[in-house]
Order: sequence, then C-alpha cells, then structure tokens
Amino acid sequence: MSLEVSPDAESMATFESTLEERDLAASVTVASAAEFPDALSELLVSPVVAADLPFEGVSYDNVDSEITLSPSPAELDAARTGITAAGLGVADYGTVTIRSTPGGEEFVSLYPERHVVVVAASDIVPDMPTAFGRLAEEFAAGYTSQILATGPSATGDMGGIVKGVHGPQEAHVMILEDR
Amino acid sequence: MASEQSPQSSNPAIEETDPEGEPGAAADAGPADGARSRREKAAALRHLMATEGKTVGENTRGFNESTEEAISHISNYEDLRERARVIKEEAIAELPDLIDRVTEAVEANGGSVYVAEDAADANEHIASLMDEHSAQKMVKSKSMTTEELELNAALEAEDFDVVETDLGEWVIQIAEEAPSHLIGPAIHKPPEEIATLFNEHFDPAEPFNGDPDELTQFARDKVGEHIEEADVGLTGANFVTAESGSIALVTNEGNARKTAVTPPTHVAVTGVEKLLPSVRELAPFVELIGRTGTGQDITSYVSLLTPPTDSPVLDFEDPEKPMAEGDRDFHLVLVDNGRLAMREDAQLKETLYCIRCGACNNSCANFQSVGGHGFGGETYTGGIGTGWEAGIEGLDSAGDFNDLCTGCSRCVNKCPVKIDIPWINTVVRDRVNRGGEGSDYSFLVEGLTPDSEPEGIDVQKRLFGNIESLAKLGSATAPLSNWLTGTRPVRILLDRALGVDARRELPQWRRETFREWASGRDSIPGAEREVLVYPDLYTNYVLPERGKAAVRVLEALGVGVTVPEVGESGRAPLSQGMIATADRKASAVYADLAEHVDTGRDVVVIEPSDLAMFRNDYEKLLSEESFERLRDSSYEVMEYVYGLLENGADREALPKANGTRELAYHSHCQQRTLGLEPYTTAVLSDLGYDVTTSEVECCGMAGSFGYKSEYYEVSMDVGQQLKDQFEAERANGRRIVASGTSCGDQLEALFGDAPPHPIELLDPR
Ligand code: SF4
Ligand code: SF4
Repeated sequence: MSLEVSPDAESMATFESTLEERDLAASVTVASAAEFPDALSELLVSPVVAADLPFEGVSYDNVDSEITLSPSPAELDAARTGITAAGLGVADYGTVTIRSTPGGEEFVSLYPERHVVVVAASDIVPDMPTAFGRLAEEFAAGYTSQILATGPSATGDMGGIVKGVHGPQEAHVMILEDR
Repeated sequence: MASEQSPQSSNPAIEETDPEGEPGAAADAGPADGARSRREKAAALRHLMATEGKTVGENTRGFNESTEEAISHISNYEDLRERARVIKEEAIAELPDLIDRVTEAVEANGGSVYVAEDAADANEHIASLMDEHSAQKMVKSKSMTTEELELNAALEAEDFDVVETDLGEWVIQIAEEAPSHLIGPAIHKPPEEIATLFNEHFDPAEPFNGDPDELTQFARDKVGEHIEEADVGLTGANFVTAESGSIALVTNEGNARKTAVTPPTHVAVTGVEKLLPSVRELAPFVELIGRTGTGQDITSYVSLLTPPTDSPVLDFEDPEKPMAEGDRDFHLVLVDNGRLAMREDAQLKETLYCIRCGACNNSCANFQSVGGHGFGGETYTGGIGTGWEAGIEGLDSAGDFNDLCTGCSRCVNKCPVKIDIPWINTVVRDRVNRGGEGSDYSFLVEGLTPDSEPEGIDVQKRLFGNIESLAKLGSATAPLSNWLTGTRPVRILLDRALGVDARRELPQWRRETFREWASGRDSIPGAEREVLVYPDLYTNYVLPERGKAAVRVLEALGVGVTVPEVGESGRAPLSQGMIATADRKASAVYADLAEHVDTGRDVVVIEPSDLAMFRNDYEKLLSEESFERLRDSSYEVMEYVYGLLENGADREALPKANGTRELAYHSHCQQRTLGLEPYTTAVLSDLGYDVTTSEVECCGMAGSFGYKSEYYEVSMDVGQQLKDQFEAERANGRRIVASGTSCGDQLEALFGDAPPHPIELLDPR
C-alpha cells in the first residue's frame, strides 16, 4: 500500500461501533494477519468468489473453503459469498470504499448475497472530509473508480424497507488490526 | 385500498359547508371561464387525494421525519450546506469551462462526450450510440433527465428494447405511468397495488398479495435477467467531475452499479448543471444528499466511476468464460435543453444548483396531500419542480401547478444547497401573471386595485393580492360589509367570479381598527425603551385584540409603544406573484418605518408572515442597506418579550398561568423556518404553562390558499393532519394557541373556535 497512514485506534473504535449501532454490518470481526485465514473461514458460505487482497502477508491460502478468483458469469451468479478488500473505512459513517480493478471487485462485491469486506486498520479514517482527501490522492494514483458502500443494498420501493436487492443482502466487515 | 375510498370518506375534514347549508352550490354555479377551470382543478386534486394521497402522505412524511433525524446526527449541517452552495454557485459560473474540461478528460480516458442541445438531439444521439454498438437492448438506472427527454419512448419508437432497473421506476414502466416524485418514482403506489399490477402483467402461478419481500425478490430476479441480457447500460449521474471525467451515482438498490458495469457499453446521461470541478468537491454533497433525500446518513452506495472502468468484462452469453480484461466503452451525454439559458436568467439560475434530492417534495405539506401527479409538471415535481419546468418546458407546464406552492417556506431549511424555493415559485407566478389573459370579471376588482400588475392577471390573484384595499373598505363599512359578504348570493358570486370558496368563513372586518384604538391613547411616559408595534393587516382590521394585548404586555414590561401609520407589508401581493406591487409596498413600509428605526426603535411584529417579509423577503425588494437595517430591528412579539425578560424586565408584571395551564401550540410555518418557535414556548413555560407543539409542517391555510375554490379541499386535507394531533390534545384538556392569523382561521374551521395568540395569554389587563 502506497498511501498508508498510521493506525488510529479511535477511528477504528468508532468504525466498529458505527457498523454495529446502525446495523450496517451483519458482523464485524477484528483479526491479525495470522488469525485471518481462520477468522475468514467462519464468515464464508459456499460457493465463494473473491478478488485478490492487497495486504502484505495476507492471502486466501489456508482458508477453509474453495475460493474462485476471476469468476465466470455462471460462477458469479451461483456464488453465495464474495470477498474483496476495502481501500478505506470511514469511521463515522461505517462506509467502506471498494476499488474497481481488473481483479473484479465491482462484480465480486455486488452479485453474491453476502459480501465480506476486508479493511486494514490503518486505512480507517475518521470522517468524510478525510476520506475525500484520501480518495483524491487515490484518484491521482490511478484508482479512479471506487464505490462508497455503506451497509447492504436496500429498497423501499415495494413498501417497507427490504434488504438485498441488486446488491448483497448482508455485509460482513473484517478489520485487519495489524495492517 | 385507497382507490376504493370516496374522497369524502378518506378526507373527513372536507365537509361541504356552504353558508346556507347547500353542499357545493357555489362550486357548481354555472359556467364561467375561471370558475370552470377552478372546478376542474379542484376535481383533479380531489381525485388524486382519494387515490394516491394516502400512500404519498405516509411515504413523504416518513422520509421527512427520517430527514430531520439524519440532519440531527451531525453538528455541521449548516456548514455543509454553505459549502455545497458555494461549490454549486462557482460551478455554474464556470460551467462552459467545466464542459470543455470534462470533454478533454473523458476523451483522454477513452470515452466520448456529447452536449445535446435539446431532447430530440439527445435522443437521436443515444439511438445512434445503440446503432454504433449494434445494440438491441438497453437497461437503465433511474434518471429524471431521461424522463425529461422522454428517452424510453424515443428508443422504443426505433424498436430498441428499454428496461428500467430501479424497482420503483420499473413498476412505473410496467404501469405506464409517470414518476410522482424526484427520487421515489412509485411513491404513490401501495404494495397491494403493485401486487395487482404484477398479477395482471405476469400472471404468476401463485398471485402476489402485497408482501414487500416477495415483490422485491420477484422484481429483482426479473430485472436481474434483463441486466444480464442487455447490450448497453444507461445511467444518470448525480454529479460529474470535470478534472477526472468521473460520474457519481447515489443509490441504494445496487441496480445502478450493475447497470453501469454489467454490459460492456455504458452511457451516462445527465444535465450539464451536474458538473463539479473535481472529486474533492463531492465531499459535502455525499454527506448531505442521503440525509435530505431519503433521510439516511448516507445511501448504500455512492459510486465514483471513471469509465471506461478497469473492471473486467463479463460475457453472460458465454457463462462459463471467466471474467477477463476486455474492451469497455463509455459515452457521456450532457443535456442542455434550456439549462444554459437558465444560467443567464437571474432568477431561474438558482434552480441549477438543485441536486434533486427530493427534500422539498417530502417537507411540503401540500405535496404530502396531493403528490407529484398534482404538484408537478411534465417531468419535475414539488416546489423546485416549478423552476425546472419553467426553464425546460416553459411557463405553461410550470404554471399548471405553481399555485400549489403557498410560500410557507418549510422546505427552505431542508434544501441542501439553500435554494430559495418559495421565491422561485413567486417569480414564476409573476411571470405567469404577466402572460395571462384577461377575464370577464376583471371589472369587479379593477376599482380596488391601485396595483402595479398587468391587465391579464387572474382576478382571484388580484383580489387576494389587494386585500388591503378590501380591508380598508370592509372596515369603513362594517358591519354592513360583513353582513353583505355573509349572504348566500354574494358568496356564490364571490366563488364563481373570483374563486373565493363559499365553504370558508370570511374575515369579519372591525369598525375600529387597532391603529385607531392605539392613536386614542398615550403610551407610558418616560420609558427607557421605545418600540413600534407593526399594525399588520390582520391585527389592524380583523384581530385588534391581539394588537392591544401586545401593547399592554410591552408597556407592563416598561416599554413605550407607538403604533405607526404604515401600510401592508406586501406579503399579500407577493404571495400572489405580484412582485411589482409587493415591491412598491415594501418601499412604502420602509419609508414609513425608517425614521423610527433610525432613532433606535425596534419594530415588534405580531403576524409571523409579515415578520418573514422584514427578515427575509425584503432582501429581494429593498436595497441591501435598507433591508439589513429593518431586518436587524425587527422582532416577533414573543421573541421580543423573551428578550425583555432575559434582560431583566419584571416577569411579575405578567399574569402567571391560570385557568387551563396545558396548551397545544401551533406555531406558524414561516415563524418556524426563522427558528422563532422556541421563544414562544419558552416564555409560556416560564409563566407556568405546560406546552406541547404541533408536529405538522403547515396548517394548510397558508394565507389565501385555503380560501381559493380550487384548493379548499387540499387545504382541509392538509389541515386534517393538524386536526388529528390536536384533537387528541384537546381531549386531554389542552387549550389550543396559535400565532398566525391563517393558522387561527384554519383551527377555527377545524375545531369551531378561534384560538388566541400567545400574547393574549400574557395580557395583564
Ligand atoms: S414553500 Fe411551502 S408550499 Fe412552497 S414548495 Fe416549499 S414547502 Fe411547499
Ligand atoms: S431544490 Fe433543494 S431540496 Fe429540492 S430537490 Fe433540489 S436540492 Fe433538494
């Protein structure tokens, strides 16, 4: 990661509490890089599709599920879980940013009903102005398509709020505390 | 279901109370140009209230409450609005430059940009893009701009398939209706009605019964198939950033995300006014748009896309093939269609700052009652819809619904870019007035009207706009005038000729005016503080008691009072769009008050709508210096009493709460927009009253609105919300109190007796 900032314990705590209090994530897990494979395994419902993770020393090796990278349309449609990294976490909104790279984050985070998003603690920023400062830098660095995602997809169009429309029904957030 | 109810049963407040007990007699009285169109308008609105009103009301009130809640989560709301406003002002100022810059950026990214002059131009271009990509099928995410273009019809005429992917928009497409709201196109449809529509259209094995989960799942699956089959995905754009050539899409369902990237070709269509310099400028909008729109802190997704994006390409026709890097195409269509001309229009320009969040739809009491099919034009709905329609479709479309804006101002503080929505409506009304045709009944109001308005202005507007002349005459000839206007033939004539609804009680003019009373007495001698009490039209001619109470309260607190010789504030003509007349009145009022103000006297105002003139509207009518001087010296009467008490005036001089201590207080809409309600509740509480306040945006009367034949029923429907709440408060023994004259009139119509002004409870007499 080229745009690291030092981990900020307060932002991380706010991020967690926002996700929980506003019911934006079905679960929030905090894990170290070493704990990652086991912690992730807990969150997966097969079939699983994924995009590669950009965090040093963190990979899908040793994860207790078959994980398909660069899925086909059929695999995407069949998948029940999609795993991607987040570029940023925004503490006071419980928002994560998802970069659209050739790894296919946009599809993997969108089509399956369960999205597991992995965010490095050092990428959690306190608020939206800071996030946009970072986004402007990321844009300059070439990550020019990003989704700010907050909670699952939802609609009120059929009367009453229904979660899980064209996007995922559940978002699970995993924070890498030592990254 | 709402559509099975008769208008009367769904709107219990609408009683046909002709003064002589003959329901609707006046409304049915014979043909007359204005009368017929008023009757038709009333019927159309009645129908909408009966069929769509209930669902629209529930949904918009729900959004509106959530919006208030979401705004309360942040402490820097005003800051964010200010920044958003400045960013928009600057962006519109440099719009031509931004268009050049975005064109460069998008082309450098590998996309194309087309600036379409009008709807036909845009539609032709989009059709040619379909041809260029040998495309047959387009999926679309919600875009009001393509509604404006009538793009779907244009593409279908060329035999392309077009499918909407936003579920609400998809429902509307199937039902072959028009959206009724800026962000909730199907906000008028209850789930049962959607179920019926799906049952008829898809004939499912197991019919739907209206369960939102089932309906959503079905719609999602159907729409999902269309997305996978489509050749082109078309989205709108909430914002476009010039520097990077990016678009921002604000959504909840995820359909816009799928639409933008699932097909290999992405077309984004949006108005030119959506341009901002760079991604940095998006920050305040991202914090605001969810709050003021749906009442969420932020929507589920805000997509910042710089297409063609790096996302791999999926080929659903070859479903086993893994996603892989491939060619993506992107075309940005920027629509002018009148916008660049609006930019040159000093008054309509502000409309271009609108980010179409829908807050002015949700917070508007009249919109809550009739919805966007009544309070809307060809495409755009609600208060700001007038500005959009005037600029894009022309005055005819805007004029059709513009009168539903009463100028209550409740939307103003909810607008994330601080647009003066009531002012835009006033300007459009003024322009409609100037383009109007004469009427057979003009002679009836001609003699009354030393106004500065054109010949063709609607007689009803001319009547209400010149209410001061009427008041003078009515007062001078009272009680004869009251007796005369209370008779049935006169009421029928008033209804038929001038559109004054016969079901409303008319004001009873008082022979002795407030000013006459005041001029016959001496105020306390040697007072340290001297004020003017402004004799607004209603206090002066109809409700002198509240004026007298104000004088006595101020004097009891040691303040010397003068009631000056001064005319109507201009509120009445302004509310009818008679800007020239209002302007003249404002100057006259200022001339009469200036000398007093210069000697250090404050101006105390009883009627909130007149205070709002001094504090707000006069900015448009007076020089900056004059406006500021009067604004800074004007106070609402209870605000002033609060200030006196805070500064050591003797509260023992005022009577403590006695009799009914429990009050239900309805503050005036403009008073609340100015943030003045708390002074009244604080003073009343201080004196030992227990006060609850109304929760509605507006009482429905809104000055002359509730008197107008075509809007009487809307006015009563809006009032029903207030009635529902206050009926319960009354049952609990609370006494109703209200600050505005028209609120008082409405409460009297709803409950049978006229509520006092709070100042009357303080009267030491
Ligand atoms: S001023 Fe009042 S009536 Fe007019 S649009 Fe705003 S809320 Fe509606
Ligand atoms: S005028 Fe303001 S409140 Fe209304 S839709 Fe536009 S931005 Fe929203």
